[in-house]
Amino acid sequence: MSPLDHKLLRDLWRMKGQAAAIGLVIAMGVMMLVMMTGLVASLSETRHAYYDRYRLADVFAPVSRAPDRMIAELAGIDGVSAVEGRVTGQALIDVPGEDLPVQARAISLPDRGRPALNDIFLTDGRLPETGRTDEIVLLNSFARAHELAPGDMLRATMNGQRRSFQIVGLAQSPEFLYTTAPGELVPDDARFGVIWTSRSGLAAAYDMEGAFNEALIALTRGANENAVLSAADRMLDPYGGAGAYGLADQASNRFVAEEITQMDAASRVVPPIFLAVAAFLLYIVILRMVQAEREEIGLVKAFGYTNAEVGAHYLKFVLAIAVGGAAAGCLLGIAAGRGLVGLYTTYYKFPFLVFQLDPGSFITGFLVSVLVASAGGLLVLRNVFALTPANAMRPPAPPDYSRSGRRLGGLKTFLDQPSRMVLRRLTRQPGRMAGAIVGIACGMALSVSMLTLFAGFERTMDQTFSVVDRSDVMVTFTHPLSAKTLFELQRIPGVERAEPVRNVSVVLRNGLRSHRGALTGLPSTPDLNRALDADMEPLVLPAEGIVLSVPLARTLGIEAGDMLAVDVREGRQPLLQIRVASIAHTLLGSPAYMQLDALNRALREPGRVSGAYLTIDEALQSDIYRTLQDMPTVAGVSVKSDARAAFEAIINSGAGATRFVYGAIAFIITFGIIYNAARIAFAERTRDLASLRVIGFTKAEAAFVLLGELAVVTLLALPLGALMGYYLSFGIAAGFSTEFYQVPADFDPGSYGMAIMVVLGAALISGLIVKRDLDRADLVSALKTRE
Amino acid sequence: MPEPAFTTHRLTKVYGEGRSAVHALRGVDLEIPGGEIVVLLGPSGSGKSTLLNIIGGLDRATDGSAHFRDRNLSQMTDSQLTRYRRDHVGFVFQFYNLMPSLTAHENVELVTEIARDPMDPEEALALVGLRERVDHFPAQLSGGEQQRVAIARAIAKQPDVLFCDEPTGALDSQTGRAVLEVIRDVNETLGSTVLMVTHAANTAQMADRVIHFADGALREVVVNDTKLSPAEIDW
Repeated sequence: MSPLDHKLLRDLWRMKGQAAAIGLVIAMGVMMLVMMTGLVASLSETRHAYYDRYRLADVFAPVSRAPDRMIAELAGIDGVSAVEGRVTGQALIDVPGEDLPVQARAISLPDRGRPALNDIFLTDGRLPETGRTDEIVLLNSFARAHELAPGDMLRATMNGQRRSFQIVGLAQSPEFLYTTAPGELVPDDARFGVIWTSRSGLAAAYDMEGAFNEALIALTRGANENAVLSAADRMLDPYGGAGAYGLADQASNRFVAEEITQMDAASRVVPPIFLAVAAFLLYIVILRMVQAEREEIGLVKAFGYTNAEVGAHYLKFVLAIAVGGAAAGCLLGIAAGRGLVGLYTTYYKFPFLVFQLDPGSFITGFLVSVLVASAGGLLVLRNVFALTPANAMRPPAPPDYSRSGRRLGGLKTFLDQPSRMVLRRLTRQPGRMAGAIVGIACGMALSVSMLTLFAGFERTMDQTFSVVDRSDVMVTFTHPLSAKTLFELQRIPGVERAEPVRNVSVVLRNGLRSHRGALTGLPSTPDLNRALDADMEPLVLPAEGIVLSVPLARTLGIEAGDMLAVDVREGRQPLLQIRVASIAHTLLGSPAYMQLDALNRALREPGRVSGAYLTIDEALQSDIYRTLQDMPTVAGVSVKSDARAAFEAIINSGAGATRFVYGAIAFIITFGIIYNAARIAFAERTRDLASLRVIGFTKAEAAFVLLGELAVVTLLALPLGALMGYYLSFGIAAGFSTEFYQVPADFDPGSYGMAIMVVLGAALISGLIVKRDLDRADLVSALKTRE
Repeated sequence: MPEPAFTTHRLTKVYGEGRSAVHALRGVDLEIPGGEIVVLLGPSGSGKSTLLNIIGGLDRATDGSAHFRDRNLSQMTDSQLTRYRRDHVGFVFQFYNLMPSLTAHENVELVTEIARDPMDPEEALALVGLRERVDHFPAQLSGGEQQRVAIARAIAKQPDVLFCDEPTGALDSQTGRAVLEVIRDVNETLGSTVLMVTHAANTAQMADRVIHFADGALREVVVNDTKLSPAEIDW
């Protein structure tokens, strides 16, 4: 091994503390990239594998009642590889111990064999026996939410008839990773059940003997989905086809896809920012570290080593740190990614896990680390090489403080010597100080933007459940009813107010863009569920036209004043052209609003409502629920506090939960940056500080010179970091926003206060660590002339 | 007189510019014969170290020329100067300038690695009487020992010229004398030209030739016919 390599290893060992601190920062940046891209890759891959293995359909075609022979006809459509007809229906489950019945969907299983499409994964028990119409398999997540198990009895109302079933098995299904009750926005395992039972039994219950009311279609590779959708719609139209839709519009898949998209979007925005900050720090630190080696560089050059040889030596040195950090980051990223993927696999109810890594993240991580470290190293080396060896070996001339000394001017009289030393150093080496300030400001910006993001999630929650929806309970009717039904609700003792709503299932189209969802009819100035404008003020719904939420307008690429095609998917299924009147601000879902009367007019169904928002007297809650349960026209009752809890659970354990991971790493990086700044300042001033001690300064006084500098730099970094964080939060919040919910990046003083505490805390801890080293420093050896 | 190792012509070095300019060398004309021990004497700031740095290939002149044998150092590129230092020159500095992270042996090896015809590092260390301490780090060596390692490092490449800048400046008299003996031995056994900068006038007694400097200019060149061994020098 060459002596230079010996030197390299020993120098690394000598500076291990600092090298580790620098390596850690870059490692965090790389780890985040590897972990998050790995998570996204693994989840998408697992989802595809799950869908594939359980043969999830590509197209869903609901219909009122189509004869079984239509299956063969559908199978004849060009591009169709398999078709399965099944019977499904709405049901209400009586859950023991609950006031309210829970909405459910009953789905048929073939009397013999497994379904050709949308198979289920049996987690417990068995499938219903052939001929047993009283045996059911229950959706695993729902069963767990209510502590139901095979062997338990379950009472359910199907098509108006109360029946008793025995649970014989629990199952997971790629079709129901997420379940959302009709009319509700937020998926909730407990609030919606899925029952699988034999085809013959279900056909009898829903009057579907020899017929089906949903066709599942699998496509061949490369098939034209739109063509298949149109063909299926044409064939099923005579039988009350409600419009076929693709997997992309299937509720559960759409939600999971949104979650993965959100993680993907966040992983494209946040880790690169972290990595950039880490890279910037690496650059600054390497720059100053190599600068400190100036005399040794001169010496080695004096012996006759060429620039290339000396350059290679120092590059090896910085690359050892950079590559070490990047490698540690990759390994940590793989380990943490594996753990995280495991958690999410359970959370998304995938029965198995396909762990994948994104090779691009390794390459990016290594490249960025290596390039940045080399750039920092080369910049210094180039400057040192420009000096003659005689100059390089000489310690740099003492910096000229005369100019900044004058600049202090009148201040001088108020400052003692140590304070003057601090100030002069800051003003005399503005470049170096600017580097330190920008570095710490980056840490501050990360903290600010992550805390703003946290506050944004809270805001989404508050705005949705306190400002937009001010009701206590939402009632959904089995079908659109006369507006007079509202009086019935209002007469229930304890109901304070009742406000009508009509939700109509629609496909909104603007050119090639479309969105499958609901159109919500409300009174012109609703009180309980309101549309808000950008200033969070309630919008008055216009007498004509549709009000779209921001994300919906974006999806459809449409603006106020444009015409929108509204393809109604219920009742007479008219195709309407409605002008977009205005755009509403929303943080949850992608709603579209119309004034109730205008909507009914457009549908030519005056005076109809499909549900109501209620405010109630909490004391009478149980009585009200019992009364609602007994009303035959009530299909479901959703309690806002349940919905809020479900939403909270989703943003705190779904894709939104990655914000905590990002947050933790942001704080580690922030600390790493500040600690490095303190370490470097210490390394650069060891001799000055020892001199101060030798001439009689106390430890505290000497520490003041060093820590005073750190304090000033930190304080200057705070406003800059706050400003950078303000702009950064928009990017990060956008990365976390999905079609399902938006995260605002509004200015939140609390987040800034908290970020300041984080930065000051990190500065305090770093200062204490460095001060400990300063106190321990051996004065004589520190003062010895450099060997 | 033997063939000159160095010749300078109107060699000038100015640091800084304008009012703050410092004239370190003011047009020095000089000839230094090969194989001699030459001592450069003069007070601080007289220009002797600057001269040493320029003819050692560590620094560049502002004006004039400096030749090593028939090669013009002033016209050499950086890489040619590097080559020159690597192949011909050994340095000993006042503050030893050892690599603290390398052992004595490795410090010497640092030079033998890249030299054209080096001696074995052990041999070089034996020459300076440090055979026993080859695996010690600089921090474990006394000042005199460190300087001897520095000399071993400088001579290990068997240099044509050995430049010593205040080699005994940081040492007590006894150790200083020992170091000077090593330098003389190198001159005698390897035939290297030795250029030694010092402001300790008595060191001049071991020189073949003494060059006096003041204010960046040559004051006097004295050929010493009564050369003493370092042991005989009166400190």
